[in-house]
Amino acid sequence: MANYNISRRTLLKGTAAAGALSLTGLPARAEVNWKKYAGTKLEVILAKGPRGDNLQKNIKEFTELTGIQVESEQIPEQQQRQKVVIELTSGRPSFDVVHLSYHVQKRQFEKAGWLADITPFMKDPTLTAPDLVESDFSAAGLQYAKNDKGQMLSLPWSVDYFILYYNKELFEKKGVAVPKTFDEMVAAAEKLTDAKDGTYGFVGRGLRNANMTLWTNFFLNYGGEFLDAKGNIQTDGPEAVAATKLYQTLLTKFAPPGVAGFNWMESMASFTQGRSAMWIDGVGWAPPLEDPAASRVVGKVGYTVVPAGPKGQYSATYGDGIGIAAASKNKEAAYLLCQWVVSKKQGARLLQAGGGVPFRNSILNDPEIQSGVKMPKEWLQSVIDSAKISKLGLPVVIPVAEFRDLVGAALTSTLSGADPATELKKAHEQYRPILERSEKA
Amino acid sequence: MSALTQSTPAAASTEAAPEKELRPPSYWPFVVPALVVVLAIIIFPWVFTIWMSLNEWKVGSPTTFVGFSNYLRLTSDPRFLEAVGHTLVYTVLSVVLPLILGTLSAVVFHQNFAGRGFLRGVFIMPMMATPVAIALVWTMMFHPQLGVLNYLLSLVGIPAQLWVFHPATVIPSLVLVETWQWTPLVMLIVLGGLAAIPTEPYESAQIDGASFWQVFRFITLPLIMPFLFIAGMIRMIDAVKSFDIIFAITQGGPGSASETINIYLYSVAFTYYDLGYGSAIAVVFFLLIVLLAAVMLYARQRMLWTEIASGA
Repeated sequence: MANYNISRRTLLKGTAAAGALSLTGLPARAEVNWKKYAGTKLEVILAKGPRGDNLQKNIKEFTELTGIQVESEQIPEQQQRQKVVIELTSGRPSFDVVHLSYHVQKRQFEKAGWLADITPFMKDPTLTAPDLVESDFSAAGLQYAKNDKGQMLSLPWSVDYFILYYNKELFEKKGVAVPKTFDEMVAAAEKLTDAKDGTYGFVGRGLRNANMTLWTNFFLNYGGEFLDAKGNIQTDGPEAVAATKLYQTLLTKFAPPGVAGFNWMESMASFTQGRSAMWIDGVGWAPPLEDPAASRVVGKVGYTVVPAGPKGQYSATYGDGIGIAAASKNKEAAYLLCQWVVSKKQGARLLQAGGGVPFRNSILNDPEIQSGVKMPKEWLQSVIDSAKISKLGLPVVIPVAEFRDLVGAALTSTLSGADPATELKKAHEQYRPILERSEKA
Repeated sequence: MSALTQSTPAAASTEAAPEKELRPPSYWPFVVPALVVVLAIIIFPWVFTIWMSLNEWKVGSPTTFVGFSNYLRLTSDPRFLEAVGHTLVYTVLSVVLPLILGTLSAVVFHQNFAGRGFLRGVFIMPMMATPVAIALVWTMMFHPQLGVLNYLLSLVGIPAQLWVFHPATVIPSLVLVETWQWTPLVMLIVLGGLAAIPTEPYESAQIDGASFWQVFRFITLPLIMPFLFIAGMIRMIDAVKSFDIIFAITQGGPGSASETINIYLYSVAFTYYDLGYGSAIAVVFFLLIVLLAAVMLYARQRMLWTEIASGA
């Protein structure tokens, strides 16, 4: 079916080009025919958040441009992931366009063949605007969007780098410099901790599963690699043990009590109340930190890249994309929508509101767009700097959730005093068979 | 009339079949609708769950029949075994505490005092709120640095606690929420029981000079026992399958310190998409619930017999 469609379109394109050539005598240069699928109705399923909001708020512009009607719904992330998987498994999803989390779903979606290949669409000048080219996406984005065969299965939408947030006021009070390395960070955390006063040097995710996204920053900077060449998981090696020791030190000695149960929300609460001096988490939290109604640290927050480890400096990267269900009957129209979602205009809006960071370099590096960013300049700089040292923050495997749960539980146990090496080993004994089973199937 | 007598099995077995023209009445068509519903929404899902539990069934991959290997995997899965332990502890605590507190508050609210109706209304309010909304409010109250609970403790000089943020205190803290919400239900049931008790035994006890405790222990408690059993049964079923409060407050954490069978089952089936293994857990979980219910029913029967025996 798909082949037939493509060949028919190629034929049409050829005819159109020939016609244009004969009429004008000029070399044929096809333009995007935005109105071609006018009247089509598309269904979109989104994860709740600033990306979804940005789409829904401006969708009228897309309908004006193309005449395509779009119905979209936002569902909280966890539930959205489940709903999407269940519907795609059924073979008859209720949506054409799907918002996916690369760091959780990439491998699963590829292996199951749920997404349509958009490589031919991207090569088709009647469907793709000239400024949308593969090379405009950052390396991490392409790594996420492409499968082993080099096919594009989605368009990278928004990237999430982990950065270091710090409280300038507390740093000045104690005369501490912004840490550039892990050693400096530990020393700074120690100086900034004043348990009697209720202020702590460091805060971050301790909750099982969620904590993996923090820990991998340490793991990568200790020189860790998730998988070896054969696809075996290596997160119990010496790099992982070193990373876990750092994690344990920071979160047991210099973090607020109860951090073992903190997700980003509790961490942010502690940071916005001025109770914690440093926080490593995703770039997306600048808007609440700078919101006077929700934060006591407005204007006092410093933003910088995650400090370097002994074996390098990386920013653990996560991201989401937008793709087309392989079962959709309106793939071309859906592609137009995906293209609009990652367009320069939409990307600029996202960046300027601080709601996300586009994967496209042409947006991130555009001085005009940069000048419209409502967040502090330091924040933007930390984003640009992180982009240069970005590295995927989770292994690209199917059982990502199990990985995060099992290794994450091991990390949480170290917060109540368990030995890092023993806990990691125990978690991997449980995880290895799960990974092997998933790859065999 | 004669047709009806014909149809009873006793009549059929003792008498030889009489005139053939009397067709036996067929009642079975009336059963069909109910049967279809039961088959569709109870029997079929169950048979299908058992079938899934015998397969390696992962979303996005083909399924293969593996016999009982999912069940064998359960016996060596430390997370599952821990979850069983957590479930039992959680259930026992959140049955016993509301029962005790609910009974006490029912005794209090059974007395006559000014504003009783209003206070009763206030008391049952927690029961009317949505568990997830409650859970979010409690999460904030539990926050070790910013929560109101530690502030209240600090007023009376007790050091700050970690509540749901420490493996050792997480289950008791969750039980606290569960108790807070469901004590009113027990209170209502027991209050109904108290209202049904005649006043004569109390009068004679008063004449005999029984103390308050003696009255409670030897008159009130035995008479409200059947109601306590009902309340206990309802609480047990609710507690063992409790999901919303645990999931919304801790998601089974810290680590897996508050992961009950239900939470683990949810993770396996809907986060790991391992439907075969998840089904095996569901089957075992179901058997556990049946077992608990059977124990409760047995205890109730025993109690009835002893009651009859002592009453006779």
